[in-house]
Amino acid sequence: MLYILCPHCGLRPQTEFSYGGDATVKRPELNKEISDQDWDNFVYLRKSPRGKHLELWQHISGCRQWIKVERDTLTHEIFTTYKASENT
Amino acid sequence: MAMQKYSVFSLIKNAFKGHKDWEVAWKDPTPKAEYDVIIIGGGGHGLATAYYLAKEHNITKVAIIEKGWIGGGNVGRNTTIIRSNYMHDENGLFSEFGMELWRNMSLDLNFNVMFSPRGIINLAHSDAQMNAYSRRGNSMRLNGIDAVLLNREEVKKIIPMADFSENVRFPIFGGLMQPSAGTARHDAVAWGYARQADSMGVDIIQNCEVTGFNVANGKILGIRTSKGEIKAKKIGLCVAGSTNILAEKLNMTLPIETHLLQACVSEPIKPILDNVVTFGAGHFYCSQSDKGEMVMGGDLDGYNSYAQRGNLPTLQHVLTEGIAMFPFLSKLKMLRTWGGIMDMSMDGSPIIDKTHIEGLYLNCGWCYGGFKATPASGWTFAHTIAQDKPHKLNEGYSLNRFSTGHLIDEKGLGTKTWIS
Repeated sequence: MLYILCPHCGLRPQTEFSYGGDATVKRPELNKEISDQDWDNFVYLRKSPRGKHLELWQHISGCRQWIKVERDTLTHEIFTTYKASENT
Repeated sequence: MAMQKYSVFSLIKNAFKGHKDWEVAWKDPTPKAEYDVIIIGGGGHGLATAYYLAKEHNITKVAIIEKGWIGGGNVGRNTTIIRSNYMHDENGLFSEFGMELWRNMSLDLNFNVMFSPRGIINLAHSDAQMNAYSRRGNSMRLNGIDAVLLNREEVKKIIPMADFSENVRFPIFGGLMQPSAGTARHDAVAWGYARQADSMGVDIIQNCEVTGFNVANGKILGIRTSKGEIKAKKIGLCVAGSTNILAEKLNMTLPIETHLLQACVSEPIKPILDNVVTFGAGHFYCSQSDKGEMVMGGDLDGYNSYAQRGNLPTLQHVLTEGIAMFPFLSKLKMLRTWGGIMDMSMDGSPIIDKTHIEGLYLNCGWCYGGFKATPASGWTFAHTIAQDKPHKLNEGYSLNRFSTGHLIDEKGLGTKTWIS
C-alpha cells in the first residue's frame, strides 16, 4: 500500500486516490499558432522517467482535489506532495 | 559443429551416459568488435528477431545484448496466453500470422514449447457486451480468424464451475470464444529461440548493459556497453518496459509509458479448467497450468513504475473479480505473485518501425499482449531490419501514427495508459 500525504486531508492510503499521469505536461496555449508537433507532444509523448516523477493524483474518495505528487518510479518512495496550484 | 538435435533417441542415449554429455544450449561468447545487426534485449521478441534474421534473411553476424539473463523479463513473467481475437485489421492479421508460427513452433525450433490450443472465452455480462462481441467476432471471421459467439447455456456447458446463480452482480450472458487460442510454456519459447539463434551464429551476450549509443550525422554507429563499445550499422530495440530508459539516451521521447503489471498462481489443484477465461465486467483472466496451478492476472497497478514487483491493493481488486467469476478460487491458497513492467503505448497497440535515426529500429508498446506476439513480432521486426522497411503486416504499427491520427485503439480507451 502506498500512503499519500494529501495537502488538504493528511496521510491517506492509495485506495482513496485516482492516478492522473505526468504533471509536467503542459497543454498548448490557446489563441496561438499551434503546430501538429505541439499537439503530439502534449497528447501522446511522455518521458516516463525511471526515478523521480512529478505526477497528478486526485483524492477521489476524500476531498476530490487534484494534487501533485513527487514519487520515485523505481522504489515507489513519495518525497513531496503539493496542491495543484502550488509551484513545484 | 552441428547442433545436437533433441529427440527421444538423444534422450535415451544421454540417459545411458548419466546425462553428463549434453551440449550447452547456447554459448557465452565475449562480444566481437562489430556486428551486422545488434538486437538490444534478450527477451522473447529479441531472441525471435535474431532467429528470424538468421533463418529468413541469412543475416547471422548478429548479437543480442541483454542486461540481465535471457528470459528474465516479461517472457518469463507473463500468463502465457496466445490469441488473435482482435477486431481491427492490423491487430487481427498480425496476430493470426503469429498463430500459424505458434502452431509450428515446437517443430521449427526442435524444442517443445507445449503450445496448447485450448481456446479462450471472453465472458459477456450484458446485452450490450454481447452485441459488441458479436461485432468483434464477425470482424475476426472476416479476417479468417475463428470466433464463436456462445450463449449462456453454451458457456455453462464449457465452464460449469463459473458463477451461474441468479443473484450475482454481473450475470454471465454468454461469451466470445476463439477455439484456436491457447497457452504455451513461456520459458521454453525463450530457450528454444535462443538455442536455434545461437546454433546459426548469433552471439547471445548476457550481463551486458547498454550505457549509450554512438550516433553521427543522423546514423547509428554502435553502442556503448558495460563490456565495451560494439559497432553495428543496424540496431534494433526490443526492451519492452525499459524502452523509455534507452530512448532518453537517444534524446527521443516516445508515445510510451512504463507501468507495472502483476500476475499470480494458486497452489496446484486437480484439473478443473480446460480453457483460458476472461471476466468481462472488469479485467481478470485465468487458466490452469499443466502443473495444476490457477494462473491469474488482470489490471495494471495504475501508476508509472519500473519496480518489477507489485502492490497488494491491485492484487486484491483483481482477485475479487476472479472470485466473482469462479467462486471456488476463494478456497485456494496463493502460491506466488510477481510483477513485470509493461511498455504501455498511447493507443494500446505496438510499434514496429524505423526511426528518424538511420539504422535504428524500434519494437515496443506491447502493453498486455507481448507474449502471444513473440513470433510475429520477431518475424516482422527481422524483416523491417533486414529490408530497411516494414513488412505489410506491421505497416500499421508505425511510430508516426500518433501524430498523423492513424491510431489503432482496439479498446477505444485513449491515452490514459493506466486505465485498463
